[in-house]
Amino acid sequence: MTIESFLQNLSNGISLGALYALISIGYTMVYGILRLINFAHGDLVMLGAYFAFYGVAMFVLPWWLAFPLAILFTTLIGIVIEKAAYKPLREFPRINLFAAAVAVAFLLENLAIVIFGGRPKAFARPAFLDQLLKIGNISFVSYTPVIIITTIVLCTVLILIISRTKAGIAMRALSKDIETTGLMGVDTNRIIMFAFMLGSALAAAGGILWAIKFPQINPLMGVMPGLKAFIAAVLGGIGNVWGAMIGGLLLGVVEIMLVAFFPQLAGYRDAFAYTILIVLLLFRPNGIMGEVQAEKV
Amino acid sequence: MLKIENLHVYYGGIHALQSISLQVPEGKIISLLGANGAGKSTTLRTIMGIVKPSEGRIEFLGESLVGLKSFQVVMKGIALAPEGRRVFTNLTVTENLALGAYIRSEKAQIREDIEEIYSLFPRLKEREKQSAGTLSGGEQQMLALGRALMSKPKLLMIDEPSLGLAPVLSQGVLSKLKELNQTRGQTILLIEQNARAALSIADYAYILETGIVKLEGPAAELASDDAVRRTYLGIH
Ligand SMILES: Nc1ncnc2c1ncn2[C@@H]1O[C@H](COP(=O)(O)OP(=O)(O)OP(=O)(O)O)[C@@H](O)[C@H]1O
Ligand SMILES: [Mg+2]
Repeated sequence: MTIESFLQNLSNGISLGALYALISIGYTMVYGILRLINFAHGDLVMLGAYFAFYGVAMFVLPWWLAFPLAILFTTLIGIVIEKAAYKPLREFPRINLFAAAVAVAFLLENLAIVIFGGRPKAFARPAFLDQLLKIGNISFVSYTPVIIITTIVLCTVLILIISRTKAGIAMRALSKDIETTGLMGVDTNRIIMFAFMLGSALAAAGGILWAIKFPQINPLMGVMPGLKAFIAAVLGGIGNVWGAMIGGLLLGVVEIMLVAFFPQLAGYRDAFAYTILIVLLLFRPNGIMGEVQAEKV
Repeated sequence: MLKIENLHVYYGGIHALQSISLQVPEGKIISLLGANGAGKSTTLRTIMGIVKPSEGRIEFLGESLVGLKSFQVVMKGIALAPEGRRVFTNLTVTENLALGAYIRSEKAQIREDIEEIYSLFPRLKEREKQSAGTLSGGEQQMLALGRALMSKPKLLMIDEPSLGLAPVLSQGVLSKLKELNQTRGQTILLIEQNARAALSIADYAYILETGIVKLEGPAAELASDDAVRRTYLGIH
């Protein structure tokens, strides 16, 4: 492989990985706090893409208005899901929450088919994201660096929120011990809602960027990225935000590079990528950033 | 300051509190004694809104606490250092203390108070950036106590501060509590297994037995009461 095509594939893998990372953060935050795998999370990716699509195509908004609005609406839906479907079940056995999450996923997908229509729609990239760029012999479309930079900015903001703000400290405390966090004067329901908000917003941003990279959207488009982001979250160490970012990035790069080095495996791309991941998990069962669970009682 | 009347609590079919009444006057140290399973922790957890009473009243400064969530009780001015320390092992020592001040907003003042906790417990200062999970049991107990103080509670409730501590350390924690009470007028409701030590610093004590108040009185009187000495202090 030439160095040019290597770099080209690498940038492709990194931008795909960035999208997985954005999506997997929501999984990992919700899991960290509620021990819930929010299966509906992938569908927020789809909603983000559709809202952005309608903002531009139907309401003729400029992209810089349509995209933030799409994120806002998706976030609101994330909050509604938490309040309506998960919060009332929190005191019950975990399995009920899982069932609710699967139900919400089907509900969103079917509503999307009915409301948005089942046929794929062409997502029009803003012009500035559609330029063919060349550095030396490496050519790429302008959305690639934009996806990567946007992801870095969003992740940095998130890390700052989690590590520096009061709400962030409360969120980390909550993931250890909800009852005692309440004893600190924290309104735990609000912090849980805040975590859903952040996760949903990132999923929506991921969805819009996904539609920019793969500009065909359909009501089930969130399913695969959702599953892969979930795997990325597990790979990174579920519950750990850094882990989700690293896991997502790794997954994207492995997927793309595998095909780049072994083109004959293209058809088995996912099978091979995930075999590698299973092996990795055998060696690090708690994930890359997963802590070893040893605690004083 | 705090007034509990006819409090009943059930855990499913278990009648854990069977008409508990007690009072905590301002500026005093009140101790809650009794055997394992008597209902001491349940009483404090009910005050904090973690457990819902089926019947009875809890009044703090003239306002009812029944039906409030934990964070609302904290905002009324009560803090609990829970049984078993429960420090956040994934946060640093300083973050644990900062979280204790969650309901407060004056940043500079909070920073000063954290330093004050550190001067109270210099061991914590040396470990301020370490995660609380790396602390020893005794250090975690100091942290739990410091964390509870960070909300500037009018009423500080502590559930077995000396649990798992060496006798020297537990004596140290109790004398810190007495000091807080005498220098700042801190009102304290204390659960303590070591009845003798508790009675030595308390003003008044309640002895619980399977969900009822079996005995109450000024600490000094209880400490010299023959029946109490035999049953709870192990003196024959
Ligand atoms: N979460 C719970 N579910 C069911 N029963 C409980 C629960 N917590 C406490 N109990 C029961 O309620 C009774 C009172 O318990 P509590 O923890 O208040 O006792 P305690 O006086 O604090 O005892 P200890 O000195 O051992 O801490 C016990 O019989 C206990 O088994
Ligand atoms: Mg107890």
